[in-house]
Amino acid sequence: MADRQNDAAARIKAAAKEGDWTQPRAMAIPKEGYFELEKGRYGPIFPKTPANYGFTIIAKIKPGREEAVRAHGMTLQTAVDGKPDCLETLKLHYLRWQVFPIEGALYFMYQGIIDTDFDKYTEDAVMIFTSLGVDTVFTNLEGFPEDWKTNPEAFIKFVREHHHPSFVEYGEYPFVSAVEIKKALRIKQSLSEMLDSMQ
Amino acid sequence: MLEFDDIQHMLLTRAPAITGRYEFLSFGTPAQGRAWLRRVLPIVQSAAAATASVDSEKRWVSVAFTWNGLRAVGVDEGSLASFPAEFREGMVARARMLGDTGANHPDNWVGGLASPDLHAIAILFARSEEERGRCVKEHDAFLAETHGVKVLSSLDLEATPPFDHAHDHFGYRDRLTQPEIEGTGVEPSPGSGAPLKAGEFILGYDDELGPVHGLPKPDVLSRNGSFMAYRRLQEHVGAFRDFLRQNAATPDEQELLAAKLMGRWRSGAPLVLAPDRDDPALAADRQRNNNFDYGKMDPLGYAIPLGAHIRRMNPRDTAANINRRRMLRRGATYGPPLADASPEDGRERGVAAFVLCASLIRQFEFAQNVWINDKDFHELGNERDPIIGTQDGTFEFKIPKRPIRRKITGLPAFTTVRGGAYFFLPGLRALRWISELGL
Ligand code: HEM
Repeated sequence: MADRQNDAAARIKAAAKEGDWTQPRAMAIPKEGYFELEKGRYGPIFPKTPANYGFTIIAKIKPGREEAVRAHGMTLQTAVDGKPDCLETLKLHYLRWQVFPIEGALYFMYQGIIDTDFDKYTEDAVMIFTSLGVDTVFTNLEGFPEDWKTNPEAFIKFVREHHHPSFVEYGEYPFVSAVEIKKALRIKQSLSEMLDSMQ
Repeated sequence: MLEFDDIQHMLLTRAPAITGRYEFLSFGTPAQGRAWLRRVLPIVQSAAAATASVDSEKRWVSVAFTWNGLRAVGVDEGSLASFPAEFREGMVARARMLGDTGANHPDNWVGGLASPDLHAIAILFARSEEERGRCVKEHDAFLAETHGVKVLSSLDLEATPPFDHAHDHFGYRDRLTQPEIEGTGVEPSPGSGAPLKAGEFILGYDDELGPVHGLPKPDVLSRNGSFMAYRRLQEHVGAFRDFLRQNAATPDEQELLAAKLMGRWRSGAPLVLAPDRDDPALAADRQRNNNFDYGKMDPLGYAIPLGAHIRRMNPRDTAANINRRRMLRRGATYGPPLADASPEDGRERGVAAFVLCASLIRQFEFAQNVWINDKDFHELGNERDPIIGTQDGTFEFKIPKRPIRRKITGLPAFTTVRGGAYFFLPGLRALRWISELGL
């Protein structure tokens, strides 16, 4: 069983290396979140899956802070409206933020799908959040280090400790980076402009 | 205010040396290690002393310790535990993340550098070969008297001729760029950005984010110190020249290809400012040789390819958070030069470099992990640093060009890591404090 799982994983990894996006793929992931332990600068590296790299951070919201957390939706919107490329360094596809209850307490969930191992740009992410003001959403979460503003390492530690790796990920067009997608769309756009101008 | 009289000279100054030697040391008992340190302490110069005596001085000495070395001289466990994890683990334990795999793996390192017995390094820069000889003899004599201090290995440094400017065995001019530090009074050259806060390189000062938390304890040990990644990189000069010949038809085209790999002509002239033809006068002019950026002047890499060494190692305006990623570089070349017309002679030659920074994990390790070895850096797909990346013949190098780019596949390794270590370079007061432990 374990062997079969490893074989399948090896095949998917080979497809990832080739960047073969033509076939939709799903990848089951061991409980640890990775197949073999490979250490990045701050901890284990989570593998590239058909849904690329990503993270899921779940943390309990301090009592009475729901509105403060939700208010950060507008903060992020305003920041990106004002400076559309402000998150560019993070190599993102999508971000999703949720609030939901479990047994009377409220939890915050933050998911991102990205094109690079999160560990690589961790400090940059912290810096960018700080400069956009969305970092303060975390101050509404339990266990968040008090001295986060001047102690980026503590911020990084918090993120690592609250990350819950996926046990399966699926990609309809696996392994494709956001930059490649934008390039393809640009070509399509130019092509249709060209065709229009030939009418 | 920077404490110039406490900071070791090599953090802030560059000695006008053409030779030198590194000695890698192992201590028996803590008392023996400290006895050695007390003997060398008087000749370890501060930045202030080295600056004052630069014209008359013939040799410059620095001393630094590994984490095992700090324990070996008797630093207490509480203090040892207060050092950052990556320094405690050491370069060998971090090898895979750093890209030190295959031929670069610590199993293949020389000189005992991968050994936990490596405790300290004594760094000598000397103005002449004669002076080096004298210093080595003196050190040998005193090691003969100091029991229990073993030289695991040593490495002689040799500048490569011509001596009028610093360059490596591939022939590239070096020492053109470095971050300048606020408070040293040195004006950055045009294009190099504002001076950086001292805390980016020296412990005990504010860094670019403000006051720094979690410095190693006690304060007297960490203050004015710095972390130092040592890299002994063998340069395969024969393979490098073969590569240029195989991939470019004429000598001029070979020069251009060499320039594309680095981002500067071998003279040092940056391709952004001299895209088609070398310009040695530009190279030598400090007012001009850094006065360029990438985002506005060369966004697509038509002058300096996105994967060229200097564009990776300092993406300038095209990276976020760049002031938190800068590094000071020190060191020298070693081994005999390979004459232009000579075939590879199989002798080891290369660069024995130190990267100095306040945080190995945020500065040096980030550079290794992302800028040097991330094959997707700048969306390049399948590239690593062409000069120092971990190359195994499966990566490529792309040279943007109109109408279509040139892609060189199967890039060979031009360098191999032959050793490395993480050191802590304490201030002079800290060295004295260590030397007096247990007294
Ligand atoms: C065989 C090894 C190496 C060779 C031959 C080499 C060569 C060079 C040369 C010729 C330059 C341009 C001159 C200058 O800007 O001062 C340069 C720049 C630079 N190198 Fe290297 N280097 C080597 C290893 C390293 C290592 C190990 C690091 C750090 C991990 C590094 C980091 C840098 C940085 C930060 C710059 C400055 C880029 C800029 O600010 O524009 N290099 N290198």
